[in-house]
Amino acid sequence: MNVDLSIYNSIKNSGIDLILSLPCIMLKGLLTVIEERKEIQHISLTREEEGVGIAAGAYLGGKTPVILIQNSGLGNSINAIKSLLYLYRIPVVFIMSHRGAEGEKILAQIPMGQLTPDLLDLLNIQKFIVNSIDNIKKITLAIRTSIESKSSVGIVLQKKLWSD
Amino acid sequence: MKRFDAIKEIVKALRNELVVCNLGAPSRELYHIDDREKTFYMLGSMGLASSIAFGLAISKPDEKVLCIDGDGALLMNLGSLATIANNKPENLTLVVIDNSSYGSTGNQRTYTSNKTKLEIIAKGAGFESITFIDSEDKIEKILNSLGKGCHFVLIKTQPGNVKVENIPLNPEKLKERFMKSFSIKT
Repeated sequence: MNVDLSIYNSIKNSGIDLILSLPCIMLKGLLTVIEERKEIQHISLTREEEGVGIAAGAYLGGKTPVILIQNSGLGNSINAIKSLLYLYRIPVVFIMSHRGAEGEKILAQIPMGQLTPDLLDLLNIQKFIVNSIDNIKKITLAIRTSIESKSSVGIVLQKKLWSD
Repeated sequence: MKRFDAIKEIVKALRNELVVCNLGAPSRELYHIDDREKTFYMLGSMGLASSIAFGLAISKPDEKVLCIDGDGALLMNLGSLATIANNKPENLTLVVIDNSSYGSTGNQRTYTSNKTKLEIIAKGAGFESITFIDSEDKIEKILNSLGKGCHFVLIKTQPGNVKVENIPLNPEKLKERFMKSFSIKT
């Protein structure tokens, strides 16, 4: 099965019922699957921090949302992650493509790309690195962890996943 | 009219709505005027009131959601207007109390004191129902007249806060109280 479809199925089968997204070239295929299937409510964002607010509201309303973004957007969300999600203990699943990691050709992506894993640690968000097809099962584990422990988790999708 | 007066009028129009209120002085004043379980008071994340209210509205389509936002906060998250207007939940009223100032930090002026008109930005973002109110005695009546739909209401006021106590509720308890008020298990 293709990678994007496997990721999608892991998200769907884990009980996610709202996807809040901003595009990334690495997420192009996954976003296409999400749009074609129309099984999970999908809302496009204008900025990642906005997604943290919408996800919080959706959680209050009984939904299980994911925020699907590029890792650069994690930086745009820091204050909201702490002063909204953490403060009220509202769990949200972040799924982010990891630009600026090994093999990155665009210089501008590198500083934030290098910071991303440490930033998740600093934010106290448990991270799940997914870099092979075999690893896709970690997505299910991460979402289950978030639901059961009522804490936010960060799923980091690395480029190797698509060339595996 | 100051923010406090506007909130008093908004409260008169409330029935069973879920309310999301902007942080700082607006939340404190609202808490002081009329604390209700169905109100979610923001304590941080300035700018995200409309986003939280939108997330709530799309998750609870059978509930009416009312957001009390401010000009300074909305200026931080203008993209939210595009997201809300394009997805157009039929159960959301976004009330912006525009006092042209950052009220919780010493009443420094915002750009709405000069050239910026948030109701025109809302129109450009795609809102179809936009109401401008600058007199206190119209607030309750106008809010009561808004039916199903996605509404943008701007209330123009003078700057100034009323000194009231901080909200004594713990954030987690506040969340649980809010969710239980419309039967969401926490």
